[in-house]
Amino acid sequence: MAETGFTGTESYLTNPALEAAVRTALVLEKPLLVRGEPGTGKTLLAEAIAEALDMELITWNVKSTTRAQEGLYHYDTVQRLYDSRFGDHNVRDIADYIHLGPMGRAFRSKERVVLLIDEIDKADPEFPNDLLHELDRMQFRISETGEDVAAHHRPVVIITSNAEKELPDAFLRRCVFHFIDFPDPALMARIVAVHHEDLNQQLLQQALDAFYQMREMSRIRKKPSTSELVDWIAMLRASGISDVQLDTATPYLGTLLKKEQDLTAFSQHLNGIARGRF
Amino acid sequence: MPEHGSTLPMFLGLLYRLRELKVPVGAQEAVALASALAKGLHESNPTHYYFTARSLLIHHEAHLDAFDRAFLAEYVGLTEDVDIKAEIEQWLEQAADGEAPHIEFPELSPQEIEDLKREFEQRLEEQQERHDGGNYWIGTKGSSPFGHSGTPRPGIRVGGSGGNRSAIQVAEARQYSGYRGDVVLDTRQVEIALRRLRAFVREGAEEELDLERTIEETARNAGEIEIVTRPPSRPDTHVILMMDVGGSMYPYASVMSRLFSAAQRATHFKELKTLYFHNAAYGKVYADERFTDAIWLHDLIAQCGSHYKLIMVGDALMAPYELLAPTTSRAMETEPRSGLEWFQLLADHFTDSVWLNPEVGSRWTGTTISDVEQVFPMFPMTVDGLAEAMAQLNRGTTRRR
Repeated sequence: MAETGFTGTESYLTNPALEAAVRTALVLEKPLLVRGEPGTGKTLLAEAIAEALDMELITWNVKSTTRAQEGLYHYDTVQRLYDSRFGDHNVRDIADYIHLGPMGRAFRSKERVVLLIDEIDKADPEFPNDLLHELDRMQFRISETGEDVAAHHRPVVIITSNAEKELPDAFLRRCVFHFIDFPDPALMARIVAVHHEDLNQQLLQQALDAFYQMREMSRIRKKPSTSELVDWIAMLRASGISDVQLDTATPYLGTLLKKEQDLTAFSQHLNGIARGRF
Repeated sequence: MPEHGSTLPMFLGLLYRLRELKVPVGAQEAVALASALAKGLHESNPTHYYFTARSLLIHHEAHLDAFDRAFLAEYVGLTEDVDIKAEIEQWLEQAADGEAPHIEFPELSPQEIEDLKREFEQRLEEQQERHDGGNYWIGTKGSSPFGHSGTPRPGIRVGGSGGNRSAIQVAEARQYSGYRGDVVLDTRQVEIALRRLRAFVREGAEEELDLERTIEETARNAGEIEIVTRPPSRPDTHVILMMDVGGSMYPYASVMSRLFSAAQRATHFKELKTLYFHNAAYGKVYADERFTDAIWLHDLIAQCGSHYKLIMVGDALMAPYELLAPTTSRAMETEPRSGLEWFQLLADHFTDSVWLNPEVGSRWTGTTISDVEQVFPMFPMTVDGLAEAMAQLNRGTTRRR
């Protein structure tokens, strides 16, 4: 067997839960479904796995309009039409106008690759079901040419999803599941340190306190995540602030809270504290 | 039915615990876990067993806490190496010798049990082939290529705390209890639940150019332009949200407002009517919370076809006479009706209706709730309850007595 274990990379540390999930997915050759809040490093995980296993990473970014077919192949009818009128190409061979999608390329690859299906929850609710057959059998047929594309090596499939949308049961049952927790303060401090190397410890501690305090506020709908914290600290540093706390005068609040209702909820919460109601 | 744990391999006991906790696991998960164990993924180490089993049996963060509870219940005292691999191999051997494993799935169909057995036998064959091949690693603790490095390397780390806690300690931490599905909702969860009511139709005149198909058909037609049109797609869900805003509902004000704002923000409804009542709807409901703009139920029924999906929200708790005593409402009614009969009128008219109740389930029997429950399919106002209610509305066949 070519695969080895995944124990993280230089820039991506893991924990026993994640290692067990990755190992299970590799050995049972099942897709690994990674869920978690935005900013918990779901996409980075696929990159880290590809790096650790020394495999090529093929990414399929899913959007709301993405259809399952696009991952397999695309028949470029427009180019063919164009060529038939103006070009000097031979338009008789349809195969020239078949372009493989990310999944098709992963199957066709001579080497085992990592296929990342990123943010699968963004597509239509039926989208995951449309992929079941291809993920199980690791092959599909190009109906225009009658050609079968079967995987030389079953790719390592990593699928990410925000914790927001439910995925179909039939799909879930085929996957190995891992839920990435939101980082705890100690871990967050190390993540921040990667982005801000020479950060003043006092500012870091204060910023983290404020950040986790804010995430605790139940009425805030869009809780700030890692990237917001990193941006906020960047703003604080850029303007030479070395002392922050969570109050009505908290600087650059808009970097952390991006919804108007949340800003309102935040100030109401603080007023409540001031009046001793909480 | 076999006794728990006596004749079943250890890992199946865990599956039963999960099923008791309403986690949807069945034959497919059993097979997946069996093959993982047969391949030595757990490395005879309870902690690895815990994580491997969790990644295969659990498909949603809402069930992680149930897994911890099931694991604790099943394996109290599991601290040292437990040879799960030996156990499963022994079990698989029994199966190979034609001794049917003592396994019964009380809630599985005979077909599913058959599939499970066949699958196991197949796995066993594979397993033996791979034994012979000799290059398939079956983990023992020392030689495993996996396992965790002792000293942390610099960089970004994901997930919670690492460390070498035992499986039981990990389970005991119960760090996922916040993700349980039976706790009360936040707005996003409500929005997601309401999205289940999404339905689109292409209706009306064919006024939209279907560009993709036009190009495709033209190309297929060897370049002769072939125009394809279609009707535009429109949302097609009509919803009536009827909320009790009486005094007894006051404790639920915040959860009600979350439901309300989520429904308001839903863009996939063709129409959303929000109406208010107090305790019961005696002939009329109101378009505003202050009860100034009355709408007669007869008018509502005349205006809204039976295809509107009716979502009633309330605690359905009141004095019995408020629900059951016939009263005459002032308008056009001749015969007096009770509050319950008015509810019945609504339930009879609208094909799909549900009642969401924020009151805890234990108070549902022996109160007016049980009467209202006879009229509307009633669901608790939790993540699970809301999802079930939406599924009920989509089913298109509300229970009829």
